[in-house]
Amino acid sequence: MNGIPYFPGCSLKDTASEFENSAFFVMEKLGLPLIELERWNCCGTVYSLTADDLMHHIASVRNFIRTREMGADELVALCSMCYNTLARVARRVDSDGEARDKINAFMDREIDYDGGIKVRHLLDVLRDRIGWERIADAATRPLDGLNVACYYGCTLVRPKDVSVDDSENPTVMADAFDAVGASVVEFPFATECCGTYQVVDRPDLSLERSYRVLRSAARAGADVVATACPLCQHNLERALDKLGEHDGIENLAIAYFTEPLAAALGMESDKLPEGLRSVLESRVTVEGDA
Amino acid sequence: MDDGKMTQIYIMGKAYDVPAGITIMDAMEYAGYRFTRGAGCRSGFCGACGTVYRKDGEYRLEFALACQEMVEEGMHLTQLPFTPAPRVSYVLDELDPYENVLLQFYPEIARCVSCNTCTKACPQDIEVMDYIQAALRGDLARVAELSFDCIQCGLCAMRCPADIKHYHVAQMARRLHGVSASPEPEHLTARLQELDAGAHTAELDELVNMDVDGLKARYATRKVETASEEAS
Repeated sequence: MNGIPYFPGCSLKDTASEFENSAFFVMEKLGLPLIELERWNCCGTVYSLTADDLMHHIASVRNFIRTREMGADELVALCSMCYNTLARVARRVDSDGEARDKINAFMDREIDYDGGIKVRHLLDVLRDRIGWERIADAATRPLDGLNVACYYGCTLVRPKDVSVDDSENPTVMADAFDAVGASVVEFPFATECCGTYQVVDRPDLSLERSYRVLRSAARAGADVVATACPLCQHNLERALDKLGEHDGIENLAIAYFTEPLAAALGMESDKLPEGLRSVLESRVTVEGDA
Repeated sequence: MDDGKMTQIYIMGKAYDVPAGITIMDAMEYAGYRFTRGAGCRSGFCGACGTVYRKDGEYRLEFALACQEMVEEGMHLTQLPFTPAPRVSYVLDELDPYENVLLQFYPEIARCVSCNTCTKACPQDIEVMDYIQAALRGDLARVAELSFDCIQCGLCAMRCPADIKHYHVAQMARRLHGVSASPEPEHLTARLQELDAGAHTAELDELVNMDVDGLKARYATRKVETASEEAS
């Protein structure tokens, strides 16, 4: 297969299409295009922690069956929430044959899922399948001068058994930005929670948490806060929108990590979001510029 | 009908001997039921005669339209002619077909757990779960395409553990897609203009003002298309 099976998730097909578009661009440039799974369905959104609640794992398992139907044994997600749900269900049904049998028996109109699908996040694909050197070589417009705060949030790194990297001190996103010439700023809120879906019931709680993330990034000298999750992105953008005039966060751009990477790999600037574009224009020195 | 051969079925738990090889609807009428609701076109198009049945010895429920499905020996059945599913109100021309519009009006689609029970209940063999998944990601064109054969019987909604009103969601998606993405049908536009200009007003007024005897006489002498005319 010339490419890698890709699970989009619902948000990437509507509110977060720029995440998908930039990821498509990056992976095309790197020679490992994303191949969208046929007939995929929602990942299940949240991994159910109730031991006997198998119903909420069916959604993920159907996607593993679609992956098998493509003749593949790995599936890559971009949205870190989808990644988390898919990866945890994969572990559960791999390690619990009884649960897997029950799910297979319930679905009945599908081929049986025999386990073994490796769920990956695009970040670990960049690290383990592509490698930082190849990414550095592909960076035709390096991001020299751009200060990036890599925001991992929760679902990329917790719980530990599905973390894409060291769950206390992840560096995988930073390594990607290092490879394309950006300066990565350290900030203490890189793996703090943005407030997630509490934004629905307790919007102020979510706003406060997201604001703290932005303030911490701004104080560390960031120009861009890079995310890997449409919900983190939404909450951070909301905080910027509502509290933008406080503590110097007004100059921050919030972008999916794939967007500055795509810029470094040559994506035209008019396809980038306005906030990121203006930060890039003011910060990044392009060779040949006067 | 199979040469006078009879078969035994159970309508709402009561045994009846009915002629073999007839539809569930005909069998119920044979058994003495009279449909004032729950029967419409009798041709498999209107979706009024949803039926739930179980074959003798099977654990699984099956779903069909009473006017289309033939009776089988030992069939246990009941009608589900109506689904009490709420339908939202909207003015189509005022709606923005943006990606989350279906979620806004039918937020329960986000409760889908991909169990596929809706698909198994569909007498039209529509991939119901797939179109709800498409609705969830705002793909109106895909919902419209997958749900095209829906006849609004509502059996999907009766079976859904997440209380989704699939057929209403699909109808809204087809309407939005029709308004926002389909080319305007020129012949329809022209015809609507003719009607607005009063193309049939005189004939309709004549019927409205006719007394009952006049209407009866008109009905008795109506022109009925014969099979040979239809074929020609």
